[in-house]
Amino acid sequence: MLGAKSNIRGVNYMSIKKLSELKKGETGKVVKISGSGNIRQRLVDMGLVAGCNVEMQRVAPLGDPIEIKIKGYNLSLRKEEAAGVSVEVPK
Amino acid sequence: MPKNQIVVALAGNPNSGKTTVFNNLTGARQHVGNWPGVTVEKKEGSCSYDGHEITVVDLPGVYSLTAYSPDEVVARNFIVDEKPDVVVDIVDATNLERNLYLAVQLMEMEVPFILALNMMDEVESRQYKIDTEAVSREMGVPVVQMTANRNKGTAELLSEVVRSAEQKPGAGNIRLEYGREVDREISRLMEALSGNDLARKYSPRWLAIKLIEGDSEIINKFELSSNNQSILKTREESLSYLKTIYGDDAETIIADARYGFISGLLKDALKKPALERVNISDKIDKFVINRWLGIPIFLLLMYGVFQFVFSVGTPFMDWIDGFFGWLGGYTSGISPDWLGSLVTDGILGGLGSVLIFIPNIFLLFIAISILEDSGYMARAAFVMDRLMHKIGLHGRSFIPMILGFGCNIPGIMACRTIENPKDRLTTILVNPFMLCGARLPIFVLLVGTFFPENQGLVLFSMYLLGIIVAILAALVFRKTILKGESSHFVMELPPYRLPTLFGIVIHMWERGRMFLVKAGTIIFGVVLAVWFLSSMPWGVEYASVDSWIGQIGSFIAPVFAPAGFGQWQASVSVLFGFLAKEVVVGTMGAIFGVEEGILGGAIAEQLGWTPLIALSFMVFCLLYVPCVAALGAIRGETKSWKWTGFAALYTTVVAWVLSVLVYQIGRLFVQ
Repeated sequence: MLGAKSNIRGVNYMSIKKLSELKKGETGKVVKISGSGNIRQRLVDMGLVAGCNVEMQRVAPLGDPIEIKIKGYNLSLRKEEAAGVSVEVPK
Repeated sequence: MPKNQIVVALAGNPNSGKTTVFNNLTGARQHVGNWPGVTVEKKEGSCSYDGHEITVVDLPGVYSLTAYSPDEVVARNFIVDEKPDVVVDIVDATNLERNLYLAVQLMEMEVPFILALNMMDEVESRQYKIDTEAVSREMGVPVVQMTANRNKGTAELLSEVVRSAEQKPGAGNIRLEYGREVDREISRLMEALSGNDLARKYSPRWLAIKLIEGDSEIINKFELSSNNQSILKTREESLSYLKTIYGDDAETIIADARYGFISGLLKDALKKPALERVNISDKIDKFVINRWLGIPIFLLLMYGVFQFVFSVGTPFMDWIDGFFGWLGGYTSGISPDWLGSLVTDGILGGLGSVLIFIPNIFLLFIAISILEDSGYMARAAFVMDRLMHKIGLHGRSFIPMILGFGCNIPGIMACRTIENPKDRLTTILVNPFMLCGARLPIFVLLVGTFFPENQGLVLFSMYLLGIIVAILAALVFRKTILKGESSHFVMELPPYRLPTLFGIVIHMWERGRMFLVKAGTIIFGVVLAVWFLSSMPWGVEYASVDSWIGQIGSFIAPVFAPAGFGQWQASVSVLFGFLAKEVVVGTMGAIFGVEEGILGGAIAEQLGWTPLIALSFMVFCLLYVPCVAALGAIRGETKSWKWTGFAALYTTVVAWVLSVLVYQIGRLFVQ
């Protein structure tokens, strides 16, 4: 359903990025979560599911992990864990 | 069970204020134990209300009731197996979207539960409007509003608990829809389940959902009994059918349905102001964990904690020490001599070595409570994770290591903030390598005598060696005996909140008491045993070469010959160091019969030690067996004699090997 919507809007306006690559303050919509069962289940339990909005808050002082805002709260995760999350962002 | 006995289970996300609710309900009538078979803490308490005796069980804080962590399994098994009269789901009402995920899973389990919307004061100040009647209607459960950290809503919750214990609300009266295809497969599985043992014990619908989700615990249960093969076969068929239709994994479809239900519910029940204020936590975080200030602020806070735990504790420790010294002055005069010695060296010595740690431990848990309850602990882990992840650990392992520099016991006890059991155990096992304050007198003495030119450098290299050995040991453990998936770092950064005094005091008291009981008995026992060894055979001078401990020292002395210090005086000191590391110096002093001021010279002269031997001895003292109090703490935290024994053994082996290496390699260069 979500995929269909973004197709209507056209590929020109949106692009897919890894969650770990978002810049500070950048927002987007989760489209897919891949990765191994354990991590993925945990992400889903924390509310990171397809269709939810995310905003990149910051990167930790040493460069990893990252902090994002979803469903009105702040979640931190390592870049390697965030790499499995695909996010649709405005170009 | 008589009618006025009620069992309540408290469920809820971490940081939802569950512990505060538990404290409000039970007050001081609580005790901490363990869930059978796992090292997850079990808190239970009781209260009476309106003629009912209510037992409150605090389940571990979890975000979900799948079977991915021991916490979740424990919480879930209690709910489905022990069947409490009613479950209370404590919910952070400022974040319903995520918090209700757990509530939805309780609905699926078809157990009676109450939804307690906590932090209603924050909801108001954020100008959210929650239509609690709509929530109650659409979820089919009673809803109670509360502000636990101001102790509001406790009575309302209790009266609802009493009412619900009889009426069993929410037990399957509203069912989630997962989409037509999934619903059909659920029905198909429920049919296959009819007449099955497990389906008589648990809700068949819940079992069907869990089978589709691929829940490892539940599937295991089915696999264990042979007549369940047809059910597992039906499951396979359902899964492959769903996969062809949705393409997605079945568990994702089910999770989506749950979140879908929640967002539908919140559309009716939650109104947020059009323009939300930037919340205070985000403002604080802009400063506290930003790129440049994050680490300095963390280090500053650590310094503060360190000062608080150790500097504030020192005068109290001096009092305790002084008190036992004063008391010992009287008791040593008791005749016969052996009795005076038993009372002074044995009993008072034993009590003293337990109680001396009480100020540190109480202060530590005050500090930890404040860090945890305020929300900073998660930030500290966020800031330090990269460093710790490199050595196979978690951001939360950093604070225990830092505390270890003061004293390993608070360091080891602080490890309970680490969730992953393997990370926790690794951090506990390597903590004794952190050069604690009690070892400092040994180094100060030897460095002053043997390295007068480079005191600072040599002392610093001891600290560094401890850190390097700890890192290497952690790396080795995580790759060998404690191998396993590196724990993930998917962690909420909870909003900053003001800790409550009651919460801090309760926490401090619980932990402090646990140390007294668990570690205290072990420490006391060992001190008595050492007293006995030092006093036997009958009539010998206390701890002399003729005493049993002196004989043992002489016997094992050759073991240390390759490390350069194979004299009985050294090995007896090392044996006594097991009681407390600072005793190594005291023992030497007693053996040579000299004041500490000239002790270094006496060692150099009478034992013929060179700087190299002193260095080798220092390396050994830095690394060998943790003191008995630290071992007591390890036993208390790991709840395993096996790991406690291992900690004693491997540290000593590492110490011996390294000191031999230092001496043997060193000999090639000097001499």
